[in-house]
Amino acid sequence: MAPPADGTLEETGLHRALGLTDEEAARIAEILGRPANHLELAMFAVMWSEHCSYKSSRLHLRRLPTQGPDVLVGPGENAGVVDAGDGIAVALRIESHNHPSAVEPYQGAATGVGGILRDIFTMGARPVALMDPLFFGPPDDARGRWLVEGVVAGISGYGNSVGVPTVGGELTFAPTYARNPLVNVLCLGVMPKERLVLGRASGVGNLVVLLGATTGRDGIGGVSVLASTGFAESGDDGAKRPSVQVGDPFEEKRLIEACLELLDRQLVVGVQDLGGAGLTCATCETAARAGTGMDVDVSAVPRRQPAMEPFEVMTSESQERMLAIVAPGDLGALQEVCRRWEVRATAIGTVTAPDAGGVGRLRVLDGPEGMVLADVPATSLADEAPLYDRPLAPPADVEHRQVDEATMSSSTAADCGEDVVAMVMDSSWVWRQYDHMLFLNTVVGPGGDAAVLRLAAPGLPPSRRGLAISTDSNPRWCALDPRRGTAATVAESALNVACAGARPVALVNCLNFGNPEHPEVMWQLSECVDGMAEACLALGIPVIGGNVSLYNESAGTDIDPTPVVAVLGVIERLERRPPSMGLVEDHGLVLLGTTQRTLAGSRWAVERRGRRGGTLFAVDLAAHRRLLDLMVELVGQQGLLGSVHDVSGGGLALGLAESVLAGGVGTRISVGWDHVELFSESPGRVLLGTRHTDEVLAQAAAASVPAAVIGSTGGDRLIVEGLVDLTMKELTDRWRRALPEALGEPAPA
Amino acid sequence: MSTRVGVVVFPGSNCEHDVVRALQGLGAGAELVWHDRRRLERLDALVLPGGFAHGDYLRPGALARFSPVMDAVARFAADGGPVVGICNGFQVLTEAGLLPGALQKNAGLRFLCTVVPVVVSSTRSALTGHLELGSVLELPINHFEGNYTGDEATLAQLRAEDRVVLRYAVNPNGSADDIAGICNEAGNVVGLMPHPERACDPLTGRTDGQGLLRSLLSAAVAAPSPALGGG
Repeated sequence: MAPPADGTLEETGLHRALGLTDEEAARIAEILGRPANHLELAMFAVMWSEHCSYKSSRLHLRRLPTQGPDVLVGPGENAGVVDAGDGIAVALRIESHNHPSAVEPYQGAATGVGGILRDIFTMGARPVALMDPLFFGPPDDARGRWLVEGVVAGISGYGNSVGVPTVGGELTFAPTYARNPLVNVLCLGVMPKERLVLGRASGVGNLVVLLGATTGRDGIGGVSVLASTGFAESGDDGAKRPSVQVGDPFEEKRLIEACLELLDRQLVVGVQDLGGAGLTCATCETAARAGTGMDVDVSAVPRRQPAMEPFEVMTSESQERMLAIVAPGDLGALQEVCRRWEVRATAIGTVTAPDAGGVGRLRVLDGPEGMVLADVPATSLADEAPLYDRPLAPPADVEHRQVDEATMSSSTAADCGEDVVAMVMDSSWVWRQYDHMLFLNTVVGPGGDAAVLRLAAPGLPPSRRGLAISTDSNPRWCALDPRRGTAATVAESALNVACAGARPVALVNCLNFGNPEHPEVMWQLSECVDGMAEACLALGIPVIGGNVSLYNESAGTDIDPTPVVAVLGVIERLERRPPSMGLVEDHGLVLLGTTQRTLAGSRWAVERRGRRGGTLFAVDLAAHRRLLDLMVELVGQQGLLGSVHDVSGGGLALGLAESVLAGGVGTRISVGWDHVELFSESPGRVLLGTRHTDEVLAQAAAASVPAAVIGSTGGDRLIVEGLVDLTMKELTDRWRRALPEALGEPAPA
Repeated sequence: MSTRVGVVVFPGSNCEHDVVRALQGLGAGAELVWHDRRRLERLDALVLPGGFAHGDYLRPGALARFSPVMDAVARFAADGGPVVGICNGFQVLTEAGLLPGALQKNAGLRFLCTVVPVVVSSTRSALTGHLELGSVLELPINHFEGNYTGDEATLAQLRAEDRVVLRYAVNPNGSADDIAGICNEAGNVVGLMPHPERACDPLTGRTDGQGLLRSLLSAAVAAPSPALGGG
């Protein structure tokens, strides 16, 4: 019996209201062999949304390298997984929650945390660390401050309460994010290798059990209405607020514990989180992966509100829900575990065999043997969204921009000191609001080049290994040249973990871009993917997962391309704290790598001189790989290095200033730089403080890495001869005051 | 046989495994005690760890005080057994009336995770017996509601009876009298906002928490056998 019809498309125009194009609606009718009804259209609309289907980006993402010796699970699952050794697997994923955070910062950011956690424990991993790269407009008006305060409070409120430490992140202010802030959330989880599970609805006759919160009207159309369109000129973003979900970290905490216990006791065949597109996504994806069908009794779903329509139940994005596939004989034991953790568990369906044509069908029923409300091939929802090869073209001004070279523009030595103090910023206002120490694994927390974690958790085999992880982005570089900029961002992230003594093993990315219907945005995305692929191939780092966030635009203006990458590294033996960036008295200061004479895309040019043009440096990836190997080698030698800091935003000037601030020890640089060398951000450079300069130079020479002694440490001034002379007090004051003052708060005591 | 410490777990607790790891690192035995337990057997001391018991809904500790285990905790304490509430555990102990006063939102109205210097201001408690009066410990704090308060009479009594166990050297949250930790009259029930278990390993940066936990383990051995925990 066919599901009830609601009239033809032309009559209703419903598909357009749901975010589907006429062509997409016609394709759906073709798949079904009949016009889709309202419920079916609603299900297709969410699954075929840009957010869920990656229909504009998939074609490009295929160019990324995803294979590697340590990869257990690559892109396409809920999270990527790598083998970290000692019988331990690490799951990693990063996602955006940009638009929800723009209209409701607290709940938008909070539910971003909740969603990424579920992606991780769905795989069988215990979430042990979060990181949050955040991008805001300058916080110089009330709305800007409301966004910063709200997002940070949301991450703090949810992450601390759910009991997962936030160990790092990034904080970027730039005008391009004023109307469309970016809130990216990364989660890392660990598990004994044998607990790894994939979200598959296998075993015909198995039960489909919904765990966790009740289903309400919150978040309907989150993936389509909110995530897959830009913000309009009218500024009426508040109207989209009902599409933001509301989080409950206590429910999530119990859900985590219950799910991990169910997996440990092997009471479930598979689990799948309910995130974007809710029940529709979880049911069709688990069935599609297993090649099975599924009957879902929509009337059995516990609800928060009366009189909810089936389409509301099937597309609601109510938080803190999981789907479990359970053998009928295990249902009692599952309910017992859930009772103990006070987690609701309701059987809402069964796994069914494929039909005569071999097609697994997702059917939505009203009652156990009730009317069929929807009947669609599971794979058509999950895997058969249209694939768009959207037109792409470089921006019209690309050549003009490259000519606008900032490097030679005027600068006098007298400006350099002020340029330095204007760029330093203590971000602890943010991360002191996050529990970054829970689980006793945080060896290096927020504020370092990379977070360093002990590889330990309840239920894991013992290990002496450690993990290092760094999130990185550089919209200035990518705006100028998305391909080179992205390659350099990958290089920097890898270098950050190598500076902690870790061998880079995997990368995840969150690609934040504007409207894919703009050819220049598609060009940026395509260039970015190529740059990432080049860097990952050359450095031997597989991409194990990613997220694409498009339609980051407001009033027709796209954000600067903002690919965020996170590189995970493994430390073979983590037995002592790696050297920090802080300088130690009476050390020689060695610079590894080569400084390229360009200021294009630098903080100095863009922020201090308002020059966004120029030709971006290229990364010498072969040289960079040698540098990574050398850093792992040097950091592993006990007592060789006193301080380590990679050179990135702000160039050597900021690298030195941060090292002085972190160690409370001054330095004098006496090699005759000019302002170009001081502020160049060319990648592949590291500042090392050591008592053993000859030894370090010898090892660098043996590794074919350029190295030079540039000065020495000591005293309480930052001196770069001929350019900068700052006292510790001046530097510290400006560093500590920068963020509170920008937010309109009193300076810290 | 080594000392056995029970670590009470409410739904929403999150520091329980950390406390177990820190205690085991000092050679003690430690086991998790689920909040529905009504009897506490063969335990020498109890820790109520940090976290968000029952989601901290209503108010931190306001729901946890009604968990079945709390009657047994009260009897264990009344029998002289050492009971330590860390952070959320401190909030639970005040809500349960095992310690006086209350913990309100931080003066800055923000969550605060940082390391602060804390002064040992009394050594007559189960948590500070082994420490030197006036010594300064570097301890992590991690709370939104750590601002200790009480009426004047309570504060005066705490001072008069030498029951302020730890004081902040630099007050981070507005606590009355810089209070970071207090104990009951007998000294066997202690509540503190700092997390000693987070300061027990040089690899993660500090070890000043070890002295506090060692004092607790000594107190557990010396305590007048509350081992049956009543019932």
